[in-house]
Amino acid sequence: MNTLITCRHVDFGYENHDAVVDLSMEVDEGDYLCVVGANGSGKSTLVKGLLGLIKPLKGELTVAEELRRTGIGYLPQQTAAQRDFPATVREVVLSGTLSRRAAQSPDDAGVEKGTLNRGAAQSSDDAGMKEGTPETCFQRRKPFYKMPFYSAEDKRQAAACMEKLGISDLKNHCYRELSGGQQQRVLIARALCAASRMLILDEPITGLDPSAIQDFYRLVRRLNRDEGVTILMVTHDVAGVISQANRILHLQQRVIFFGKPEDYRRTAAGRRYLGGEDR
Amino acid sequence: MSVIAEMLSYPFLVRAFIGGILVSLCAALLGVTLVLKRYSMIGDGLSHVSFGAISVAVAAGWSPLPVSIPVVVLAAFFLLRITESGRMRSDAAIAMISASALSVGIVVTSLTTGMTTDVSSYMFGSILAMSRGDVWLSAVLSAVVLGMFVLCYHRIFAVTFDESFAKATGVNVSFYHTVTAVLTAVTIVLGMRMMGAMLISSLVIFPALTSMRMFKSFRGVVISSGILAVVCFCIGMTGSYVFSTPAGASVVLVNLAAFLLFWLAEMVLRKRIRWQPLKPGGKRTPFAGGGQAPKNARKWKTIRPEGEHAPRSAGGSKRQ
Repeated sequence: MNTLITCRHVDFGYENHDAVVDLSMEVDEGDYLCVVGANGSGKSTLVKGLLGLIKPLKGELTVAEELRRTGIGYLPQQTAAQRDFPATVREVVLSGTLSRRAAQSPDDAGVEKGTLNRGAAQSSDDAGMKEGTPETCFQRRKPFYKMPFYSAEDKRQAAACMEKLGISDLKNHCYRELSGGQQQRVLIARALCAASRMLILDEPITGLDPSAIQDFYRLVRRLNRDEGVTILMVTHDVAGVISQANRILHLQQRVIFFGKPEDYRRTAAGRRYLGGEDR
Repeated sequence: MSVIAEMLSYPFLVRAFIGGILVSLCAALLGVTLVLKRYSMIGDGLSHVSFGAISVAVAAGWSPLPVSIPVVVLAAFFLLRITESGRMRSDAAIAMISASALSVGIVVTSLTTGMTTDVSSYMFGSILAMSRGDVWLSAVLSAVVLGMFVLCYHRIFAVTFDESFAKATGVNVSFYHTVTAVLTAVTIVLGMRMMGAMLISSLVIFPALTSMRMFKSFRGVVISSGILAVVCFCIGMTGSYVFSTPAGASVVLVNLAAFLLFWLAEMVLRKRIRWQPLKPGGKRTPFAGGGQAPKNARKWKTIRPEGEHAPRSAGGSKRQ
């Protein structure tokens, strides 16, 4: 099985404090990895680090070539402003295709990708991880006069993503009039437009009602099993996902646990989070 | 018609019309993103800062625009930074800054020149404020704003809708913030002298809020805001000429009227859609026993959100 992301003794953090210390883990293709931990335990920082928004302070972060080419789909936490945003579902999903365009234009993506690689560049066996040469970037870049428009390819992909998530008939509906579960589907469709290999979900079930949560889990499981999408989910709902995930990462600045859910149930931390089951 | 021809025979009114239309167009377009990102108060804060800067400039005998534009641009950066870092409640910070800037302006003015007509016209706007240079500057400004909206429309949408996602997918978010801040600052300084420091922020807020009543797509809201801003400005100016009312306040009142109109239209439309399923032939009563529906049955059903008219086939939620 392909390893998509490898972290070896990675520190992530900001100027004056480290949020994640000495993190070692890997994400394989087809994984369903759950990241759990208390508030402020560094989960969101880890997500930012994996997305390449902040660079590792120490250690190596290696991202597989294929994942670097396609990028990582991201489902951020919803903000209050978003919930009453006047936009149609189509507009939101289409905005996901921008990322491919951005990734292809050298000046926009170069900085972010560069930070992602800085850690990786230290390891010796990473010859293949260099940035795409500027020529190839330019060849694929959209011509300037076409910038205001989405291409037919973009539209086709957006339609395919909406079809996959069963929201095609909602495409002209207003985002703010959808239920919480439907909104989440729209955002997943957008993330899949950006990248179909791997999704990072940051506390996706916040604000959903119980049946929408179950719906959502079914959806994610289907994407993981049938479509082969690698999932990394940050969540507080350990009990809800432990039956689906195949890896658990428990963070408390440092890694408290990383491994299979069955083993997690036996650890002290797992028992505390799962409410004393399997005691 | 004759009124308009008469108005356009005065060169200063022609300038006011051209400059005003361009400035309100810019303000409306920028306003859509500002309102949606919950930065509505920034316009208000910046106009007060601008007032402070201009009064200092007038007191010192400098020309107002070259002083106030850089000061307001700086303030815009600062306000956006505060909002982003979240270290302080941004609404409180904006209120604090705008009140301080206003007081600086007032104290400086009263110590030097006293409340001259110049200063009071900055407060409440003056139709005479648009000089030839201002018109040119607003033409350049609106060219930049329109160009940005046409060329980067999708990115503006992405940044406005979801900053974290845009950032994660490689859009240079802080660049867009910076550009928006600079353009907003220039728009406000330019528009302020005609509309008045107290009123200019309405040009930013109103068109977006009004359009959001009726339009459900981002594109619809943007286009409608631009058109509404121009139309409201023209009506307001004409009204101010005919009834000899202050220009700025008249434009704001027309904007308010447009807002109320759209709001009413939204209410009517929504009611009609909600009541449709209750027309004869539809399922009449949700009550078991099939008897007479209680008097408030209609009301009872109207309250149900989504369920009646929103398709649920894809439903993430089975709330009802």
